[in-house]
Amino acid sequence: MSELKGWREIPIAGVTWKSSMETKTGDWKTFKPVIDQNKCIKCLICWISCPDMAIQWNGEKVVENYDYCKGCGICANVCPVKAIKMVKEE
Amino acid sequence: MSVRQRVMGLNGDEAVAWAVKQCDVDFVSAYPITPQTIIVEKFSEFVANGEVETEFVPVESEHSALSACIGAAALGARAFTATAANGLALMWEIVYIASSLRLPIVMAVVNRALSGPINIHCDHSDSMGCRDASWIQIYTENAQEAYDTVIQAFRIGEHPDVQLPVMVTLDGFLISHTLQNVKILPDEVVKDFVGVRKPVEVEIPGRGRIPLILDPENPLTFGPLDLYDYYFEHKVQQHEAIEKARPVIKQINEEYYKISGRKYGDGFVETYGLEDAETAIIVLGSTAGTVRYVAKELRRKGYKVGMLRLRTFRPFPYRELVEALRHVKAVGVMDRSGAYGAYGGPVYIETKAAFYDEDEKPKILNYIYGLGGRDTPPTMIRKVYEELLEVSRTGKIEKKMKFLGVR
Ligand code: SF4
Ligand code: SF4
Repeated sequence: MSELKGWREIPIAGVTWKSSMETKTGDWKTFKPVIDQNKCIKCLICWISCPDMAIQWNGEKVVENYDYCKGCGICANVCPVKAIKMVKEE
Repeated sequence: MSVRQRVMGLNGDEAVAWAVKQCDVDFVSAYPITPQTIIVEKFSEFVANGEVETEFVPVESEHSALSACIGAAALGARAFTATAANGLALMWEIVYIASSLRLPIVMAVVNRALSGPINIHCDHSDSMGCRDASWIQIYTENAQEAYDTVIQAFRIGEHPDVQLPVMVTLDGFLISHTLQNVKILPDEVVKDFVGVRKPVEVEIPGRGRIPLILDPENPLTFGPLDLYDYYFEHKVQQHEAIEKARPVIKQINEEYYKISGRKYGDGFVETYGLEDAETAIIVLGSTAGTVRYVAKELRRKGYKVGMLRLRTFRPFPYRELVEALRHVKAVGVMDRSGAYGAYGGPVYIETKAAFYDEDEKPKILNYIYGLGGRDTPPTMIRKVYEELLEVSRTGKIEKKMKFLGVR
């Protein structure tokens, strides 16, 4: 409890004061997307469809960002060549 | 001192629309509902005629109207909406969100009985229902005050210490649809008085002070999940903010007096005849006019009666109330909303609680009146005073809560 701030120390209006870069929110998925780069045709449909920006384009290929991926499976579902498989998390 | 003002024949709703027109409001979104409709109808006329530069967004429901205002206000805009009764009920979820996001939206609530049974006439069940939503609530007595209070409301809500939404209420039909001579200030005077909304700044660790608005240059997340570790702290901040509204309401009432020549008591309560009164009535809204009329008449006949009009209900002016009434022997509290299973109506409960710690205090009775627009003529108020005078003589209360004018 001690590191939590008091009501005078935090901004009003319930706005966040920490960047989401610091708070990883991807720890509750059950299945994670795994991209088969050999099948991928780089259409970027998964990239634009991911509600969490957890598919990223690194200039050469699409990559999964498991720090923020929620495991919803939308990317796998929209991929026209079925290059994404949802794999059970360990 | 005050400037020359134009006298216009306006009903309460039109008076509100005029105030909004002059307050340089950036954004209005609303959904029509009787008896509020005239406000947005009139305002959309101003928009259509190019008399204002306001972004006017007609929506499909009140839930969306207030949501749209939240979006606009979070961008830094000055936003206004208006509603009544079931419209306010449909907004419910968003009413609390607006205050928790600390957005100084101004909303006119034209008091109307909540369904059911379905009814379109005045009582205070709608706004009293959200008395604990962390909105400032000001109840007006007539069209003039509705106009004046909307102008004040922007200043109060946008004050850096406050940053809360403000609800300005006017009694359905009794004020909203009743034509009155309303003094309208010159446009520039109002514009100067309200100024331009300046967003407050918040301190973000590692980023310094940044404006509390949605701004791509200084991104902020509004409305994220806030669980047991911080929700409570944010709610305490809201408590603090509405407490800080007390001096602001007083100050704005005074400042407004300087430009208009009009003020409403100390901003919180307005009294008549209390100095030597043995009995008094506490009332809010348009009925205050009837009560004042009867009190004057009775005083002419030698009865020591007085009255207190509660103007600001949130924050509740408990100190002012106690100071004004501690010497009185019997007080009747008029509540225009039901109190099913409660100790009494909301104004009654607050009044009694305010007096609990006092040694000197009056007997306090509760009168529920005017539900669903039931008429409250002077004869009814006379009966209340007669009963209060009897209580002040005998010190005996037969029944704490009574329903006025019920067959
Ligand atoms: S599973 Fe959902 S959240 Fe994760 S990368 Fe795919 S679309 Fe994004
Ligand atoms: S949708 Fe499929 S093919 Fe298209 S970029 Fe994503 S993984 Fe590759």
